Amino acid sequence: MKLLKSILMGGALFFGLSMSAIAADPVKVGFVYVGPINDGGWNTAHDKARLALEEALGDKVETVFVENVPEGPDSERVMTQMALSGADLIFTTSFGYMDPTLNVAAKFPNVKFEHATGYKTSDNMSSYSARFYEGRAIQGHIAGSMTKSNIIGYIASVPIPEVVRGINSAYIHAKKVNPNVEFKIIWLFTWMDPAKESDAAKTLIEQGADVILQHTDSTAPLAAMQAAGNVIGFGQASDMTEYGPSPRVSSIIDDWAPYYIERTKAVMDGTWKSQAVWHGISTGMVGIGEITDAIPEKVRAEAIALQDSIVSGAYHAFTGPLNKQDGSPWLASGETADDGTLAGMTFYVEGIKGKVPN
Amino acid sequence: MLTGNGMIRLEKRPQPSKKWTSITPFLAVLATMFVGGIMFWALGKDPIEAIRIIFWDPLFNPQFASYARPQILVKAGPLILIALGLSLGFRANIWNIGAEGQYIIGAICGAGVGLAFYPSEGWFIFPLMVIAGALGGFLWAMIPAILKIKFNTNEILVSLMLVYVAEKILVSVSLGLMRNPEGGGFPGSRNLQYYKAASNPELISGTGMHWGVLVALTLTCLTYIMLTKHTLGFQIKISGQSNKAARFSGTSPSVVTAICLGVSGALAGLAGLFEVSGPSGQISIDFNVGYGFTAIIVAFLGRLNPFGILLAGLLMALTYIGGELAQFMLGLPAAAIQAFQGMLLFFLLAGDILTNYRPKFTYKKRL
Repeated sequence: MKLLKSILMGGALFFGLSMSAIAADPVKVGFVYVGPINDGGWNTAHDKARLALEEALGDKVETVFVENVPEGPDSERVMTQMALSGADLIFTTSFGYMDPTLNVAAKFPNVKFEHATGYKTSDNMSSYSARFYEGRAIQGHIAGSMTKSNIIGYIASVPIPEVVRGINSAYIHAKKVNPNVEFKIIWLFTWMDPAKESDAAKTLIEQGADVILQHTDSTAPLAAMQAAGNVIGFGQASDMTEYGPSPRVSSIIDDWAPYYIERTKAVMDGTWKSQAVWHGISTGMVGIGEITDAIPEKVRAEAIALQDSIVSGAYHAFTGPLNKQDGSPWLASGETADDGTLAGMTFYVEGIKGKVPN
Repeated sequence: MLTGNGMIRLEKRPQPSKKWTSITPFLAVLATMFVGGIMFWALGKDPIEAIRIIFWDPLFNPQFASYARPQILVKAGPLILIALGLSLGFRANIWNIGAEGQYIIGAICGAGVGLAFYPSEGWFIFPLMVIAGALGGFLWAMIPAILKIKFNTNEILVSLMLVYVAEKILVSVSLGLMRNPEGGGFPGSRNLQYYKAASNPELISGTGMHWGVLVALTLTCLTYIMLTKHTLGFQIKISGQSNKAARFSGTSPSVVTAICLGVSGALAGLAGLFEVSGPSGQISIDFNVGYGFTAIIVAFLGRLNPFGILLAGLLMALTYIGGELAQFMLGLPAAAIQAFQGMLLFFLLAGDILTNYRPKFTYKKRL
């Protein structure tokens, strides 16, 4: 009995020591993903950035991740265990991780936390997000130019401001080039469910849509468009070039790598500070995937010009005159939307049919 | 029976073997460790280390144990509570597959009561929520019960379909009725963890013990007593064995159906309420994470025996928590952990063969 006890103690001591020895050297960065790393979209983009971080900093950094973590108490437990295992910096990459991240950050004041796409921060918890709506403006322009049926389908995920913003931005720019355009929007209330996404794409195609935009994470909609033949769409979060040159004619790419590298370096040299960042195309956090030959030269040039004007700051995707859906005025001519309104956007702009679910 | 003229013949036992019933769960765990170990090895990981991280580290590693041990209770609590209720019906051949829906409705009703009182304080608010949670789950389960009693519909289908209805209601209230007015336009209710009168906190710091865990442990004992000492336990068992015999002994199948579905619904509703007011904190679109379905596995893993369910719930929770550790300590993919959990169930059910059949070694005679 005594022998057993001492063996166990020795073992425990050994593991404990070897752990802390590892933790002392390279900076340990943890990632919590809401879906599988091979979803081809959102989670793949984050994991690609994790690998880029490893590549950039070599053996000065050690990364760990857990995939398929449900939002809620399970995520809180995963983050806590990561912090206990000696992580110095933890990226929590889904909106629903916000309150759990806040709770865990309060318990581990020496660990830094970075939460994606939320609105809460604390002394050791930053929030970071991307202005995907800038990319939606370009997609809207292409969609409005390309549609022959004048019906554009939109596979929407969860009705949070980010998604509503994307719909509005795409609609405004589609309408600008094609006043007859109509949006058909299907809400799935989930970020990723390939079966539902595929069904939604098929339904939209049956309703006459010949361009489909998606705000869900998998490649299932593009597969459905490919099967249908004469429908075009866009890569979401990852480039999804495997569906190019058509149906995937361009994409919004989430490029988190520069941010992850920058923040990890900040932890290394002790300059990390809590912040709330919202970067767009200009810093590269939002990338526009190559516009393929399936799009006529003229439209391609217009789209690139639009992208350039957003990057230079000459143009804002929400520029008045714009009315809200109920006809009440929102932005006067030439006025641009402020970040506060955009961050909490729960209304459609004038012309979109249907209601934001509530 | 399985192999005709091979080396091993299976002979049906007159009665399920008590000895094998208690041994097979342990054999299943060992077999899972062995085959799972081979899988981990094939994935290029050290199998001994992987098994150690999954089963040993959450309990005994000084770095994690003080946090992980209580978390096992937190994770196991709802599983045990729901599985206890389901096991009653499963004994009586009444198949409530929709505990997930009852869990959701219980959480919505309970949280709804709490949110209706916001921001007033009062000792009575939480007890009222508990009642509302149990009642919500009970009523949701009474739909398949009444349809079965009146029209002889199949409770498996009805209760399962009602899960999807409950999920739609959950989405609707997260976006509308219960949406946090200070939530910046995002879906989801207020966080009950920050509203003292309606929260279900850790009762003793560092133990993970909240009201839900306490109720689950208490009900484990009560269910055992009910099944062994009370007429109702007898009636449930006999209904499962033979409808005719049940009728002769004066048991009404309708009453047993109503009780089994009602009780399992109420317990699932309670589990939902304790979860939403405690570890989860808020009603949101993704509030449910499958406890209602996992509890079916737990009920069978525990052999429909209350104390077996208790152990099975704890074991299940251990594999979840150890599995997460293995993911970020060793870089094992989540799918490998799920396959590992699946193996556990597979070996356990396969082990049932030994409970119900006796292996006989025979030699083929040559002519």
